Amino acid sequence: MKKKKASVIDEAKERWERAYAGEPVQEIDFTTVSSEPVKPLYTGEDAAGLDSLDDLGFPGDYPFTRGVYPTMYRGRLWTMRQFSGFGTPRDTNGRYHYLLDHGQTGLSVAFDMPTIMGYDSDHPRAEGEVGRCGVAIDSLRDLEILFDGIDPSKITTSMTINAPASILLAFYLCAGEKKGVRFDQMGGTIQNDILKEYIAQKSWIFPPEPSMRLITDILAFCADHVPKWNTISISGYHIREAGSTAVQELAFTLADGFAYVEAGIKAGLDVDVFAPRLSFFFNAHLDFFEEIAKYRAARRIWAKRMRGKYGAKDPRSWLCRFHTQTAGCTLTAQQPENNIVRTAFQGLSAVLGGTQSLHTNSMDEALNLPSEKAVRIALRTQQLIAHETGVINTIDPLAGSYFIEAKTREMEEQAEEYFRKVEELGGVVKAIEAGFFQREIGRSAYEYQKAVEREQKIVVGVNRFQVEGEKIEIPLLKIDPEVEIEQRNAVRKVRADRDNDKAARELARLPEAARGGDNLMNVILDCARCYCSEGEIIAALKEVFGEYQEPAVF
Amino acid sequence: MARKIRVLIAKPGLDGHDRGAKVVANALRDAGMEVIYTGLHQTPEMIAESAIQEDVDVVGMSILSGAHMTMFPRVMELLKQKGAAYIKIVGGGIVPEEDVGKLEALGVAKVFGPGTDTRSIVAFIEKSCAHTA
Repeated sequence: MKKKKASVIDEAKERWERAYAGEPVQEIDFTTVSSEPVKPLYTGEDAAGLDSLDDLGFPGDYPFTRGVYPTMYRGRLWTMRQFSGFGTPRDTNGRYHYLLDHGQTGLSVAFDMPTIMGYDSDHPRAEGEVGRCGVAIDSLRDLEILFDGIDPSKITTSMTINAPASILLAFYLCAGEKKGVRFDQMGGTIQNDILKEYIAQKSWIFPPEPSMRLITDILAFCADHVPKWNTISISGYHIREAGSTAVQELAFTLADGFAYVEAGIKAGLDVDVFAPRLSFFFNAHLDFFEEIAKYRAARRIWAKRMRGKYGAKDPRSWLCRFHTQTAGCTLTAQQPENNIVRTAFQGLSAVLGGTQSLHTNSMDEALNLPSEKAVRIALRTQQLIAHETGVINTIDPLAGSYFIEAKTREMEEQAEEYFRKVEELGGVVKAIEAGFFQREIGRSAYEYQKAVEREQKIVVGVNRFQVEGEKIEIPLLKIDPEVEIEQRNAVRKVRADRDNDKAARELARLPEAARGGDNLMNVILDCARCYCSEGEIIAALKEVFGEYQEPAVF
Repeated sequence: MARKIRVLIAKPGLDGHDRGAKVVANALRDAGMEVIYTGLHQTPEMIAESAIQEDVDVVGMSILSGAHMTMFPRVMELLKQKGAAYIKIVGGGIVPEEDVGKLEALGVAKVFGPGTDTRSIVAFIEKSCAHTA
């Protein structure tokens, strides 16, 4: 085919521009959910200068824009990993078996608020909260029940736990050990991303410095003893849920990642020893194309920095491997069945963006924890994408799209601007202390709310297409108040039945270990083995590390 | 000049989801109210204490963790004990329909669920406080 002269193409473009300008357009904002303007048309000019190797590359090759592995889903589908947990460990064990029977391929633990915040189920601050947001875990005994009938050498588990991550990791490893599985045979992830707690999720216990020490201890321990474990799931999901834009999610997450890399190096670890086991966790939000561009930009940015700035030599250190969850904050309590459709679109964008693992929300989650029926539909949503849509047949199918490539590059550049701002503030920890991220996120959240109230942003069923006098007609999960009583009794029994001399001796080692430089994982494992409770271990560490107080700004 | 309506926005219990609380706090402040935000991880005792010290007209509690049937009644009981039962209580977050009825029966003036327009919260508080202005 003869190449058209540039002037002929320009003329055609000008004809279109005139035709476009001559027609009425809808009186709406043509912006993404993050309020980024979108042009009516993207052409080759918008993707000009894109180098096929330096900017795109091939799947599994630097800079990984097109995917972290050479085969992607032709080799292996993403892991279908539904975040799950409620009530007692026995209740949740039941849900895990249900999900595995229905085709889930990885496990993901949601803990209750007392467990997340380091309190045992019988602590006064746990009252009213036990088993409500997730499963209650007080000791190794609970984790043994949670994984009853599950072989940790055959399946990987992700645990959404941050401040007490070291303890839950210890419980998990000891539970496997008791089944005859070695530490080096177990694979999984702990979220363990404390920086984003101060920024967004807000489930901290200790201040930043001792928290980073716990994290670098985990990096070192796992590098030596649990090589298949992803030590951090550097998260943007929660930043986005707190109301950030897509670029803020991208930039703040990667900035946190850089901070962990720097902390690991500062702690004396070789970057290639721990970086291959850093992983990420992104949101899959409403704007379909913005999300796909975001994931591609993330891979490219991470690869460039890890190889360039941090000098990592192992290609596995350059990989931005990530889990994705569809956006909980976009679910509506009104007409909950619509959430099935939202989740399907969001899940699809994550797959087209090359995610390694995916959680799809259930339709009832604006109201409650997922019912069995709702979570089955959510899992089926992934299976429909995987087995019926055909999108897995080819890798990174949207590459070369003028819009996608322009948007990928634009988001990368916008993220770089944020990296500069964070550096000017003295790095992530200083920026947190200055309230930088929190204010950015709060402002985005408020502006979005105002846009919704002005109907500049439409929420179907809420500010448009409402149903008057709607009645909710889907089954809803109920947490039995007995759960709290049962858990309180259970933890008291564990404390009564264990060798209390041994438990006391192990707990007594914690404060000195915390003050010193030894790897805390060793002492924590010893405490776990003799059934010290999570609350007891945290209380001992609090004595030395103190507690974090947030400046209450809005 | 009528005194500004004073509102305490509180996050009871261990729940760390503060997006909604902060959006509401901003909306009330933009509407001309004095807003005090307690920050996270407040016990009922801390909330009651702040409400009285800050001399507020309204306490708005945001709770998404499912612990609302423990937290709301406890705060209201404490305010009553301290002679501050006149303070109006509103709430938001994730509260199942059947619990909304129970809370309102206990004296919570209004529970604002997901999807609420902040203008309706402003209007409700202004109307509730009209007689004391």
